Amino acid sequence: MQKIFTCIICPVGCEICVTGINGTIEKIEGNECKRGIAYATDEFLNPKRILTTTVRLEGAKLPVVSVRSDKPLPKDKIFDCMEILKKTKVKAPVAMGQVVVENISETGANIIVTRW
Amino acid sequence: MFETNYDVVVIGAGPAGLASAIEAKKVGAQKVLLVERDSDLGGILQQCIHPGFGLHIFDQELTGPEYAYRFIEQIKPLGIDVLLNTMVLDIHSDDNRIYAVNQEKGICNIGYKSLVLAMGCRERTRGAIAIPGTRPAGIFTAGTAQRYINMQGYMVGREFVILGSGDIGMIMARRLTLEGAKVKAVVEIMPYLTGLTRNKVQCLDDFDIPLYLKHTIVDIKGRNRVEKVTVSQVDDHLNPIKGTEWDIECDTLLLSVGLIPENELSRRAQVKLSPATLGPIVNQRMETSVKNIFACGNVLHVNDLVDNVTVESRVAGNYAGLNAIGKNFLIKKVAECLPGDGIRYIVPQRIEVTDEMQDVTLYFRVKEPARNVTLEILSKGQTIARAKRQKINPGEMEKMKIKASAIDKLGHELIVRVAEVKG
Repeated sequence: MQKIFTCIICPVGCEICVTGINGTIEKIEGNECKRGIAYATDEFLNPKRILTTTVRLEGAKLPVVSVRSDKPLPKDKIFDCMEILKKTKVKAPVAMGQVVVENISETGANIIVTRW
Repeated sequence: MFETNYDVVVIGAGPAGLASAIEAKKVGAQKVLLVERDSDLGGILQQCIHPGFGLHIFDQELTGPEYAYRFIEQIKPLGIDVLLNTMVLDIHSDDNRIYAVNQEKGICNIGYKSLVLAMGCRERTRGAIAIPGTRPAGIFTAGTAQRYINMQGYMVGREFVILGSGDIGMIMARRLTLEGAKVKAVVEIMPYLTGLTRNKVQCLDDFDIPLYLKHTIVDIKGRNRVEKVTVSQVDDHLNPIKGTEWDIECDTLLLSVGLIPENELSRRAQVKLSPATLGPIVNQRMETSVKNIFACGNVLHVNDLVDNVTVESRVAGNYAGLNAIGKNFLIKKVAECLPGDGIRYIVPQRIEVTDEMQDVTLYFRVKEPARNVTLEILSKGQTIARAKRQKINPGEMEKMKIKASAIDKLGHELIVRVAEVKG
């Protein structure tokens, strides 16, 4: 299997081609620096993203409040997490950093409020 | 009429206004006032709930509201006054007063010793780019849709096409996809991305959203609601190529086609504007052509990173504060900053040489993408500064520093240029 990633560590934006199968990497090509290897390895084996979205907020001026995962979570879990957060409601007042969902979808990440 | 006086008045409480007010207070201005037309502090950062802010200033990745809060939490302890829900109507720069209005106090007449313009920018609309077709519901600027979804909790459509590869458009493509909508295409008239590469990777590539470079929308169809848009390839002169059109069915079109600094008030104050940035012409202290008026942030020139706005606004706030407590600078010489080969604009536009020089950072945008280039600052035929870049891009702001010790070498003008393109 071959996958091509645009490296986003610096503005150069190397097109890095990773060859491998079943969670092992055979070859990494196209990176101009070492940091590209680490980036492409993570993207190939276990891509993670910070999830940001909103949840329903009751009893406040605005009907929703912004939240995020407190650490990056596996990319393929993002839509599972969104399903949970669509049904999540919190009551005002809320504070910055307050945990809304603990260990969401068994990812080890908590969902926290990002609004004051 | 409600009358009051301040040392420093800041118009706009987004990232630029917040940072400049804090800095003005810290440098010694006694009475500092923030005037904001929204019902909350934070400006556009309130609706930018995605991560990616603060990597340079705080060395960590924050969301927009979290970044704004780092500044908001300092306002009260520092004793900075705030007027919310207050619209500034006019600036009388000849007697150093502004006129503003809110529901509580009515018309307010506020005197200032220094005024900071931090009004930000607004989005270009369908009218600004003249897309033909019918006038159905379902056409939004990307930022308007962002506010509806992220703050009002209101989903604006189901099937989307986004025109323009600006950052807000790409970020909205991801946001809409997370909310269960289908983003069918991002269409960009230029041959290159106009936003940041990392946004293409994390917002478009992650969700297999197709990006069509060198394409535009030539027709919008639909009677009550958008039903489809017609996409066409464009030639090197950006004209649509006949025979390349196809229709994409969608119920909503988002426009992410550029931002315009919001300078109605600056014009009222007779502040000179640059035709290149559409913002005030400033010196390295972020002082405009009008005495006692400073400017910073997106009202000055549209930034791609809020971190740069903070740095620039701290400079504006610092000198606005110093000006308010009576500090004067004896100007020995003025060097105009001129864009040379490959450069679209430079901020600040002029450097005033005084006895108390500090390093000056020039912010500028290049005209075209290129690889392996040298950027140069020249004056009187001498090279003042040089920097190598592996890649330059009009969507990513460049900056170069002129050391305080090199300022004396400047003539009456300096030129920034893209010097060599290798291979």
